[in-house]
Amino acid sequence: MSVAHIMAAGMGGIRTAGDLVAWMQLTQRMKITEAKEYVAQKLGVNVIDLVDEELMHQVRQDLNIATLPMIADGATGMVAKCRIAELLGIELNSVNKFKSQLDFSK
Amino acid sequence: MKNKIMTRMGDGARVELSAEQVKEDILTGTQDAADRGKIPELNSDDLEQLFDIFADTNRIVAVKPGEEVITTDDGAAMTLVGDQADGGVALPLSMMQSVLTFERVCCADTAGIGHTDYSCKPVKPIVNYEKQKYYTLNQVTTIPLMYGMQPNLGQYFQPDGPFPNPSELLPSGKIKEAREAQEEAAEQLRNDLVFVAKSLYEAGCDGFNFDTAASTGDADFLAALEAIRELKKTTPDMAIELGMSSEFVLGLHGDITFDGVRLAGLYPHDQLKMAESVGADIFGPAINVKATKSTPWNLARAVTFVKETVKVADIPVHPNVGMGVCGLPMYESPPIDCTTRAAKALVEIGKADGL
Repeated sequence: MSVAHIMAAGMGGIRTAGDLVAWMQLTQRMKITEAKEYVAQKLGVNVIDLVDEELMHQVRQDLNIATLPMIADGATGMVAKCRIAELLGIELNSVNKFKSQLDFSK
Repeated sequence: MKNKIMTRMGDGARVELSAEQVKEDILTGTQDAADRGKIPELNSDDLEQLFDIFADTNRIVAVKPGEEVITTDDGAAMTLVGDQADGGVALPLSMMQSVLTFERVCCADTAGIGHTDYSCKPVKPIVNYEKQKYYTLNQVTTIPLMYGMQPNLGQYFQPDGPFPNPSELLPSGKIKEAREAQEEAAEQLRNDLVFVAKSLYEAGCDGFNFDTAASTGDADFLAALEAIRELKKTTPDMAIELGMSSEFVLGLHGDITFDGVRLAGLYPHDQLKMAESVGADIFGPAINVKATKSTPWNLARAVTFVKETVKVADIPVHPNVGMGVCGLPMYESPPIDCTTRAAKALVEIGKADGL
């Protein structure tokens, strides 16, 4: 059922730009149109391109924010999230916690 | 036979209806929602668009390019390892393998995890294990990872919990006692919800899903609303999604108010306003399904409620489109033809921000 919803109406997660738009809904309460426009502007692409696998793979690879198929030495997981937070200009609880744990002065 | 449209009843059974029957069901479905919710019916363009979705002869349908939305879920990332009760497929995988498969094979926009029971009460005594699970999984996932649970006030009543059971008190005429039991249980639930969510926040939780809220009526909803208000003050950078259990808040107590608003009887567009007032970041309406009515009837009702909810919303709206809600048949393996039609209709006509 979840897969049916994803295929019928989802944005495609890290295969495209779904995770990036999701972050804007979660952290900024943006409605779908505003969230897509914000992400498209940050990536320098058109809104319709956000779900274009052919284009987004290269965009994500260039930005090093996790791609599908995976790049062997590419950023994924927490490292990718740190880069995404910086790219989108948002605060993520998990990223802030991770960075605080890396603070060797503490 | 040629002019028949293949669809399903609300219990999933296949049925062939004439085009006129489908149109009639769509019309009476939207009228029913409008009458109950005191909201506008779908307009003629909406009705035509919804009919076209059902008349499409393809088994699977989808939104038009550019109209895709975000998917959130109630623990769907765990269904690869879950059992039948969770709609799971019981693969011999670890939780991490399940979640990463959901991210990298299913290509979900977000992933939801939680305790197997998916209710607040069982999580409290083992919250450290849940923190560790979330923390570990969140190191490897790139998509937003949500932790979810149901408030599920029902588990706080005897014999499962410490408080007298209203369903035993009410039939014996002990209305005052039944209400007091719900008020006391709701206070305990509120404290537990805050405790668990704060614990997950300490583990770096990015999003928390209060799922199936108000399943035990207005006192259950009160506890969730109070907990979210508290959490948005103390853990502001953890997103909160509030997903409902039904289209109508049951008045099992009947007299509970929040910010001067009586909770019993609220429909989705009013439930949303309560969610916004406490700071929820995403709202998930759940529209009931009647198993004896057709999917065109049920989906027309759902789209009518969702369209009005989205219209008055200042936050993203993600309708709950699981088994037996928002137009999906009441069956544990919702047929793919109905599932994709519900997704398309709720997004393209209801204007949902996600599912």
